[in-house]
Amino acid sequence: MSAAIRRVAGFNLLTAAVLAIGGYVLGRVVGAGIHPPSLGYVEETGENDLGLVLGYLLGVVGFFAGLGAFNYPVARMLGGPPSLPESEEGGVGDKGVARYFRFTPNHKVVGMQYLVGVGVFFFFAGVNAMLIRTALLHPRETFLSPNSYLTVVGLHGSMMMGTMTSAVLGPFANYFVPLLIGARRSAFPRLEACSFWVLVAAEVILGTSVALGGFQTGWTGYAPLSIQGSYGIDAYLCFFALVGVSMTLLGLNLTATVVTMRAPEVSWSRLPIFVWSVVTTAAMMVLAAPVLTVALILVLLDRTAQTSFFINGAGGSSYLFENLFWFFGHPEVYLLALPGMGILLELLPVFTRKPLWGYRVAVSGMVGIALLSFTVWQHHLFVSGMSSDVRPFYVLSTEAISIPTGLVFVCAIGTLWRGKARLTVPMLFCLAWLFNFLIGGVTGVYLADAPADTTEHGSFFVLAHFHYTIMGALIFTFFAAIYYWVPKMTGRTLNQRLGKVHFWLMFLAFNSTFMPMFVLGLLGMPRRVIEYPARFQFLNDWSTVSAYVLGLSLLLFLVNAVYSLLIARTPAEENPWYSRSLEWQTASPPPAINFEGRPLIGTLYDYGVPPLGERA
Amino acid sequence: VRGASAELRRFLLIWLGLSAVCTPLVAIFAGSIVPPGDQGDAASGQVLDLTVGSTVATPVFLLIVTFLAYTLVRFRQKESEIAEGPRVYGHRGLQMTWILASAAILVGLVAFDVVRLVLPGAAGSGQGPTPLSPLGAGPSGAPVLPVQVIGQQWQFTYRYPTYGGVETPRLVLPVDRTVEFHVTSLDVIHAFWAYGLGVKADANPGVDNIAYVIPRRMGTFAIRCAELCGLWHGYMFDTGRVVTPTSFATWIAGEQRLFAPIKRDLPPYSRTYLPQPRRRAG
Repeated sequence: MSAAIRRVAGFNLLTAAVLAIGGYVLGRVVGAGIHPPSLGYVEETGENDLGLVLGYLLGVVGFFAGLGAFNYPVARMLGGPPSLPESEEGGVGDKGVARYFRFTPNHKVVGMQYLVGVGVFFFFAGVNAMLIRTALLHPRETFLSPNSYLTVVGLHGSMMMGTMTSAVLGPFANYFVPLLIGARRSAFPRLEACSFWVLVAAEVILGTSVALGGFQTGWTGYAPLSIQGSYGIDAYLCFFALVGVSMTLLGLNLTATVVTMRAPEVSWSRLPIFVWSVVTTAAMMVLAAPVLTVALILVLLDRTAQTSFFINGAGGSSYLFENLFWFFGHPEVYLLALPGMGILLELLPVFTRKPLWGYRVAVSGMVGIALLSFTVWQHHLFVSGMSSDVRPFYVLSTEAISIPTGLVFVCAIGTLWRGKARLTVPMLFCLAWLFNFLIGGVTGVYLADAPADTTEHGSFFVLAHFHYTIMGALIFTFFAAIYYWVPKMTGRTLNQRLGKVHFWLMFLAFNSTFMPMFVLGLLGMPRRVIEYPARFQFLNDWSTVSAYVLGLSLLLFLVNAVYSLLIARTPAEENPWYSRSLEWQTASPPPAINFEGRPLIGTLYDYGVPPLGERA
Repeated sequence: VRGASAELRRFLLIWLGLSAVCTPLVAIFAGSIVPPGDQGDAASGQVLDLTVGSTVATPVFLLIVTFLAYTLVRFRQKESEIAEGPRVYGHRGLQMTWILASAAILVGLVAFDVVRLVLPGAAGSGQGPTPLSPLGAGPSGAPVLPVQVIGQQWQFTYRYPTYGGVETPRLVLPVDRTVEFHVTSLDVIHAFWAYGLGVKADANPGVDNIAYVIPRRMGTFAIRCAELCGLWHGYMFDTGRVVTPTSFATWIAGEQRLFAPIKRDLPPYSRTYLPQPRRRAG
């Protein structure tokens, strides 16, 4: 094959798209063969769910074949050498911009892919949030029909939950964990690349739900509502099942990388705290995400193969879905919290010029959160009519998480105490975590209190609570990580003055948007409604106007990123934060093999002036 | 330059001072402004729970906020400077104190919450088909009034089994008499939220979810569906009324007369009504 043909037909996004469409058509044809148009419900509704689901499934297979994800395993299975553009070094020989649009098993490429991908999905999910807030300007429905409104709510929730779980692990853990543990690559580079492209396929499938009539189930997709709806719900279910696959692969690779790829000097007790947060999160992902995938496959079977896993009175139970979903869903919210804590505790020493205070306490806190997070899921069912005998246990387990969470807090404030705090942009975002997560955490205790939860459950109070813990905590540290690490990843730096404007605008607008929602919830406004009593209009309008400012602050960031990184191309200093962490010992951006020669691994958090007696 | 322990003492004094002022204020005044009010005994109970929670949360909240303010005022340096802080890796005593203090708060709070949860009525929450904490007769001494709440896309209807199983689209309750809600659904999961009474219980198809309340004050209360149930979820709301026992007797007799013609088309009263399972395929 000549080079020109290779370039066009050689396993890139074009071939992937062509084979994906081919797979989709094949799936529809096979589905129509199994469930012919004469079949009762197909004839009645004009919809063939089996065909659509098979179309998505084979479409994803085709997408991966087109990307060339199967080249390596097939070549090796047949005893051949690894095929191009792969190599045993994890694709390190691959250069140029094109590798970012390919299946490239290289942790730094995948990290960049995730960073841009997460940014794009975050943008679309954010646009949906603006639509929701606009619809809530008026107490009655205006420009969105109830179906459009619920679809927008579902898209916002699904995209945020599906994407933000990987918001730190995808870009920053994939990119920096090998650098922080002195490794040249990750343990399973192909799984790593898979996890990103599965997420892309999933998001495209979710997008198709808009053309298929939308979905009315929200991101939680409770059965039997999700069994009832039409085509759009198949798209939502396939999306979320694939997100589960992506998270599992992401978690597997990162867990294995931290366990097996550490440089000899990097013992468990010398692991940077960010890596601890990654390995606890990754291990939880491996345990929790498959449960989500299985639950959604069961719903798909109920919809296509006439099973009745979730149909009460036909041998199934709607509680089964709620339990499976939240068995994933509650660890999920800690999957969103832990990486933020890791970034916080990793950056505080740099910007206070002090060692991390209570390193082992912080590690215990993270491990404690990870373990306890699997024991709390039924607090989502406090009013569902679950067995009332077990509710006291879930009150205890849920409130008990405040202890390991408190350990993270005490390490943060211990590090700040008498430190020489420098209020750089990443530091500001970290400090905001302390305030926002404090409110998110305290209101979490209100929700864990089952009696008080009777009023709060399913209301705007819950909505405000988890936006404080996810947006207020995770997204703020996500931006801290962007400002802190993008100079390392790109060799270019973001404008710090614009960064400060972005921070203050975002911090104030965020609080102004979500604080009124606690009040709205306590006053009796349930989630996911397009209609509300007129007396709630002032608070809702306040929240909407604040949300616009919040959106504006994020646009400002986008302008900053595009201007600084692509137009002005401001070169970054070698070590702009005077960090003593391992990743700053190598060039920016790091060379293909991460470190020229063996990295010098010194003391962890080597900051601060030793007490008088210890000075030489 | 102050010594480390003098600095800590000063911060603790500021925090304790602020807490000593704010915590009693919250304890005293939160109850009068915190929803959901006093129309039902469950609602009043939740006001107490929220007040206790807020009282405990106040010093915790103040600790972090005061700390942030204190730190940033006392210890910051300019961005252009790069002085090193003290090399301190931890403090065993402070860490242990923190752990013990948070454990003590946890034990106290969980004990309070669990006691409140297992008290008769279980704070108005849905307790499933076999309630752990049933509620006896209310202050009026009248026997418990069972009321069935049936959720369906997209409205609630109500059946009064002790009044011939009459089904009506209106919820009217007598004051000071214990009400035993039996919440169920005909299709998907809904949630019955009688806001002013402080009652919330999911309506699951094929499940009888029981919740208790004693309405204590006459007037109307908002009813909303609190679980996403499909297209018109936002419009699944209603207004209930608490009236005198005499008005209730008159009202229910009127409803029985009004709905007598459709009564023969209704299924007999039952704890659940399982419809034919809705199937998509085949």
